[in-house]
Parts: sequence; structure tokens; C-alpha cells
Amino acid sequence: MRYLHIQNARIIDPASQTDTIADVFVANGAIRTIGRRPDAGEIEETIDATGLWLLPGLIDLGGHLPEPGFPQKGTMASETKAACAGGFTHICSLPDTKPVADTSAVIKLIEEKAAKAGYARVLPLGAMTQGLAGEQLANMVTLFEAGAVALSNVRQPIRDSYVLRRLMEYAATYDIPLFLTANDVTLAAGGCMHEGEVATRMGLAGIPETAETIALAQILLLAEQTGVRAHISQVSCGRSIRMITDARQRGMRISADTPLANLLYTDAQVTGYNSLYNVQPPLRSEADRQALIAAVAAGDLAISSNHRPHEIAAKKAPFSDAESGMSQYDCFLPMAMTLVSAGELSLDALINAVSVLPAQILGMAQSVQENSAFNAVLFDPETERTITARDLNSRGHNHPALGRSLKGQVQRVFIDGQQIC
Amino acid sequence: MTDPSKVQLTEDGRLKHFLTTEGLSKDLLTEILDTADSFISTQERAVKTVPLLRGKTVVNLFFENSTRTRSTFELAAKRLSADILNLDIARSATSKGETLMDTLWNLEAMYSDMFVVRHADSGAAHFIAEQVTPNVAIINAGDGRHAHPTQAMLDMLTIRRHKDSIEGKVVAIVGDILHSRVARSQIYALRTLGAAEVRVIGPGTLLPRDIEGMGAKPFYDMKQGLADCDVVIMLRLQKERMQNALLPSESEFFKLYGLTEEKLAFARPDAIVMHPGPINRGVEIESAVADGNQSVILNQVSYGIAVRMAVMAMAMSGQQTLINSEENA
Amino acid sequence: MNLPDIEQVCHRLAGDLQEMIRNEGLEDPLLVGIRTGGVWVAERLQKALNGSSEVASLDISFYRDDFTRHGLHPKVQGSELPDTVEDRHIILIDDVIMSGRTIRAAMNELFDYGRPASIHLICLLDIGRRELPVQPDLCGARLTLEEGQLVKLSGPEPLELSLA
Repeated sequence: MRYLHIQNARIIDPASQTDTIADVFVANGAIRTIGRRPDAGEIEETIDATGLWLLPGLIDLGGHLPEPGFPQKGTMASETKAACAGGFTHICSLPDTKPVADTSAVIKLIEEKAAKAGYARVLPLGAMTQGLAGEQLANMVTLFEAGAVALSNVRQPIRDSYVLRRLMEYAATYDIPLFLTANDVTLAAGGCMHEGEVATRMGLAGIPETAETIALAQILLLAEQTGVRAHISQVSCGRSIRMITDARQRGMRISADTPLANLLYTDAQVTGYNSLYNVQPPLRSEADRQALIAAVAAGDLAISSNHRPHEIAAKKAPFSDAESGMSQYDCFLPMAMTLVSAGELSLDALINAVSVLPAQILGMAQSVQENSAFNAVLFDPETERTITARDLNSRGHNHPALGRSLKGQVQRVFIDGQQIC
Repeated sequence: MTDPSKVQLTEDGRLKHFLTTEGLSKDLLTEILDTADSFISTQERAVKTVPLLRGKTVVNLFFENSTRTRSTFELAAKRLSADILNLDIARSATSKGETLMDTLWNLEAMYSDMFVVRHADSGAAHFIAEQVTPNVAIINAGDGRHAHPTQAMLDMLTIRRHKDSIEGKVVAIVGDILHSRVARSQIYALRTLGAAEVRVIGPGTLLPRDIEGMGAKPFYDMKQGLADCDVVIMLRLQKERMQNALLPSESEFFKLYGLTEEKLAFARPDAIVMHPGPINRGVEIESAVADGNQSVILNQVSYGIAVRMAVMAMAMSGQQTLINSEENA
Repeated sequence: MNLPDIEQVCHRLAGDLQEMIRNEGLEDPLLVGIRTGGVWVAERLQKALNGSSEVASLDISFYRDDFTRHGLHPKVQGSELPDTVEDRHIILIDDVIMSGRTIRAAMNELFDYGRPASIHLICLLDIGRRELPVQPDLCGARLTLEEGQLVKLSGPEPLELSLA
């Protein structure tokens, strides 16, 4: 066998509780040995990883990809390359493409385009309802069989509780996992930021936390009743965390994620009407952010990207008129690492939330240990650089790191043993 | 983007745009009022124009219809001898942002010196101030629920002229605070100019969350809210509020918050009554009060032109010093 | 350079003014001082004339021709004139005349209050350097200053001259 030899890397793998400096030998897409030379075979390439970290590849539980349907916002290649640059090996694509990913043809198209691009692996999320309209069930089994890893309705409402109940019952029958987003659109109507003092001062219509918690209560009660495998996407409120914890204590198997932006920022960021911070779910209060951080630290909450690239014109408008969303893939890991350097999260908790937990939620194995598929990231934790537009692979320059100095950089990404970038 | 209160000042603290009363110093707000006072005296002459802004082009850029406000800005610009162009731009339902940017680029090509902007989105004037080429002064004539600083300053001038000073006064703002850009701008100006207390009175549905954070004290009852008030400012109630489940009816609102002679008696006997207009008689205020001797509503209208002349002159002056320092550099 | 004694100059100017009013038959003249120094001088002269006429003040901030250079004067005080100057004999008073631009602005402003019967110009000091064809009818003293030098009047009590 011909081996890739990664020399002297600091291996950080919370799944196997590993944090050690060792050599790694990779062949045929998997890690063969760690810390000892394989008995036979030749070394094809040696990478000196002294001072670098070898981490399990990041897995995103939800990002918006612009293909098919939004060529002005980016391409499959630009965004999946950006994802790799941010440390992702796998990304779940949200189904709000054009056309909506509610047919097996669109799921196949996404997979083909992603394979052709050859960067991060795309795990498509199928639409729960036809056209995401929240009324008629999509062909859920067909979508699942076509390769959708789970089904989602993005942030589009399922207004009718009856439909939501039947949808969950149907999914439960075939053990299809649902990624549900708690968003009561009647309470959120017209709002463009968190309802609170900042919104009052700025004269912007607010989205109350009840827009999330009321919808979440409905989801949790129906999930409990139907026994569906439910994951709550894009949690933004501290109160939601308590509700999910309560549900778990009642014995429900329920997972959740929060967008990175909600861990990094609060509604105070909107002061000055910077449309970059017009995001859904909205950036909430510092108390909410602290509650989310605590849940991540406790290992109860995964971190997703909620990546949403936009062309310049989409953001060049007064705050409430700008399209919501933030480009997140490029620099994702260094941005997330700022939580570690600020002492808000341990490194283990962070890796757990961006890789281990998402893998569990998707039923995948993602670990840097012997006989595991080699899906990993070599990360340089020290290099500091100022991010310019040239550093972004994403077409969406609506990225909060632009112009700021960031420590740490993804050096190489391996997917199934292949170096992608 | 930077804080809206910073965007409007030059480095040496002079006005170059007028976007909000938030974050402006007491000295600067007082300078606006003093300058407006001087313009009031020119308004009493045979010839009411002064040649200050001769050769300057002011564009009234109204994305939201308001004939009243637009007319006072138009008159103010004319009395400063500026050329004025009125543009009423209906907002198109699609690609609103692009339309706005396209409009701005077109206007810049006309060598405008000042835009007076009215827009339904909070932060629109601030957005335009950041997007237009330098040396175009932006005057906010109302943006969404955010700010209406010239209206607030004419209200301050009204209080100062009728009550000598704003310092130490108790002021109540009554009605739909939630949707009111006027109220927000008034609260900041009143706080900075030294009002003893700023109160907001209305039902819970029309008082925004955490209004205390802006320095206003909420009241739900007129008797308590108006006690010891020197100034009572009534806000206009829009009909839409009833459709949005914020209020049951105009009659119930009038019963609870409509300013009648009986309710006005809760305030100090020398309290003045103000209203930014246009008045809904019998909804927020009864005619006997609106036309009564404590009402200064008509005076407000006449001060509006002087205040607008003052901020236009001051902002253009701030821009002018910027242009000069660039040329010298 | 020796600066003239202001009190003496004012005294002399008052006498000249009285004589001019009499000689020209100016009935009920209106003294108009240009803010700020001109108002102080006007008040002196009025006192010397035994307060027989009123003093008005003119703030030319809105009429300056250098707005595009210097912007608006930060402390505009406004003008205080009678309701009309129609058919009045105006005695326009300033502390120092130099380019003549201030006087042009002041006359423009006066005409926006009405059509005066006549305007006479009185200046405490004339330092030359005229840029417009404007000359005072009466002048307290003439000074020749070095290039770049200016003279400044401070007041109102006492009135003092200083070089700047």
C-alpha cells in the first residue's frame, strides 16, 4: 500500500477523546495507523504538520447553496470551495433552491453538481412539503431514497397544525429524520430584528422570542406524540434551550443546532443599520447568546453555518429592505475559534459542536482514529491575517470577517483520504 | 456602517447631515434652535428670502407621500434662495434596494448639493448618507419608525418659545409611540436639552418594548401620566392601527387617551398642548382643546420653516467646510 | 504701531455725525450697527447724540458672500430692526471697513426690510485694502497696517483696539 504520512500533527478528536501529537498514516481513504509506521508499504507523500492541528472535518447541518436557481449569488463550486476553506468536509444543503428540492430530480441534480465541483461533500436536505408551501406533503420516501439525508421546510411556515402532525406521523412511519425550524410567522410578521431595546431605538419592527418558542412548543408536543426523529434547526433563544432540555428530560430524543452568528453576535450589532447583520433567525440578546453558548459547552447544541451568500445589490438597501443572511463558509473555523480564544468555549466543546454532534445527528462516523475514513482538516492555529475580498472563495461578500484580523487558517482538507484543498 | 449619530457630524463636531437627534450634543441642538430663532425674524420681513444658499440645488426625495412636510422643506429651501427639485418616487414592490440605488446615482449626476429624504424604512436616510458621493448633505424628513428630527426640533423650538426653556420641564407624549418616529426624535432631544422627565402615555400595544432604555417613562393612564406636566404632545393615530389588532376602536382610544378639557386639567394649569398634525379631531384630541388657549399647534407650523432653514443652512455649511478642507489638502 | 484712542475717536466721530445729520437734513435718522463691533460703536454714537434716535442691529450672517468658503457663522444672533425701514434715513455703522464686502452684504439685507430713503456709512476705522467701490461718508481714523495684519475691536465696555 502507498501511504500518506502526516508527521507531527496535534490530533484533536473529542469522539475518541484524543489530544496528542503523533504521526498519521493514511491509505485507501482511511487512517491505517496512528503513532506507528505501518508494517509494510511505501510512503508516497509526507506532510510536515509540526505546529498544526489535525481535526475531524466539520459537518454543517444547514447552509443555503445558490445552485440551482440563484446564479447571481454564487455557484456550487464557489460555495463548496468556501466550505472547505472554512474547514467543512460535509455540508447539508437547505432545500430552498429554485426549483425547490422537493423532487428526486433536484436532489440528484444537487448531488451531481456537487460531485462535479469536487469540494465539500453536499448532503442534500429535501423539502418536507411541496414547494416548501407548507400544505401538501412532498414525496418524502422518494426524496429520502434519492439521497436526501433529512427533510426540512427551511424557515417557511407549516401554518396548519394538522398538516404538521400528519407530516411527522408519515416521516415517523419510515424513520425519516426531520429538520424543523421553529418560526411562527404571524408573530414574526414584518419584523427584521430581535424585539428589544435596540429595535425600539432604531425604529425597526421586532421579532419577539415567542415567534420561536410558541412554534417550538408546537413542534415538541407533536414530535412527542408522533415519535418522529426530530432535529430543531437554527435555535436562537435561551428560552428554547430550556424547552428542549425539558423535552429531553421527558425522554425525547431531540437534537438542535444554532447558527454560528447567534453565538458570535447580539442585536447590538444592528446599531448603525448594518444590513450585514440582517439575518434569520435574528441576532438576539446577550442573555440569549450566553444561554446558547452554555448549551454548546454542555454538548447539547450543535453549531450550523446558516451560510447564505448574497450579491452586493441584495444587501445594498436600507436594513429592513435588505435580503437576510450572512456568508459564513469562508473563515468559519477561525471565526468559531474566536469563541475559544475568548474563553467562552473549550476547544473540545467547539469541535464537538461542529463535527461530532452533527455526525451523530446524521448517523455518520467522523473521527480521527485508526480505521476511520479520513475526513479531516489540518488547521494552523497561529497564523494571523486580515481578511480581504481576495481571501473569500464564496461569491457572497456579505461576510462578517471581511476587513478584520483573524487568527488561524485551514491549511488542508481531506475527504475520504483525498486532499481537496 | 457607523452609528447614525456619528455619520451626521464632521470631525470637528459640526452638522454635515441631519439624520437623528440621537447622540447630538446639547450645544449643537441649542445652536439649531438659536439659528432657527434668527430665521424666524427674517420670516417677519417684507422680503422673506435670504441669499445664503444661492446656487445650491436641493432635491426633495420623497419615497413616501407627504405634501405637508415636503411643502415646508420646499419653502425653507426657497427662502434660503436654493434651487429646489421635487421628486415623488413611488416604491416599486420588487427590487426596492436597486431602485433606491439607481435613483441616487441618477441624482448625483445632476450635481445636487442636498437631499431631503422621506422613506418608509427605518435607517433609509442613514443608508443614503453612506451611499451618496461625499459633499451631498442629507436631511432626514422621516424614516420609518426611526426618526423625524426636524419635526422634533420645531417642537423643541415651540416649547422654548412658549415655556422659555426645556430645562426642568415635564413632558408627556401621548398615543401611538410604537410607530412614531416623531416621538423617538422628541425623546432624545428632550433628554439632551434637559427636560426633567419625559413620559409616554398609551396602551401597552402602542408603547414599544424597553422604552425606558431610551429614557422615557411609560404610563397607561392619563390622570397619572399628565400630573404636573408642563407640555402635552399628542401624536396622530393612524387608521391602520385598528386593523392590526393594536386597538379595538377610535372611540375607546378617545375615551382613554383622547385629550379633553377634563383630562388636560390633570396637567399644570399653564401646560401647553402640541400636535405634529394633521389632527384627527375627536380621536386623539377634542376641538375645544385643539383650538383652546393652551394649544400652540398653529405656532408649531410656523416654526417649522425656520427650523428647516436652520438645519439646511447648518448642514450645507458643514459640507462646505469639508469641501474646502479637501481642496486645501 | 500706535493705535488711536478709541474714546477720542468716538467723540470726534459723534460730532462729525451730528454735523452731517444737520447739514444733510436727515430727519429722524435710524442708526444701524453691524454685529458685533458696529453695534457697540452705534451705541456710543447714540449716547453722544443724547439718545435722540434708536439703535438697530444687523446680523449679516445670512448675506455673506463667503458662505462657500467659510460656511455659516456658528453664532448667528439675528438682526433687530424696526418692522420697516421704508423711507427712513439709515446711518449704517461698522467698526472697521476693509474690503467693503460686509457693507455690501449689510445693504443687501437692509433692502430686504424695505426701501430706505438714504443710507450713510460711518466707520470707526478704515484700514484700506478695498475690493469693492464702497467708501464711508465719515471715518474716525485711517490706519495703514502691515501685510497680513488685522485690527480687532473688543467691547462693549471698554472699547479697545488690538492688532491681530
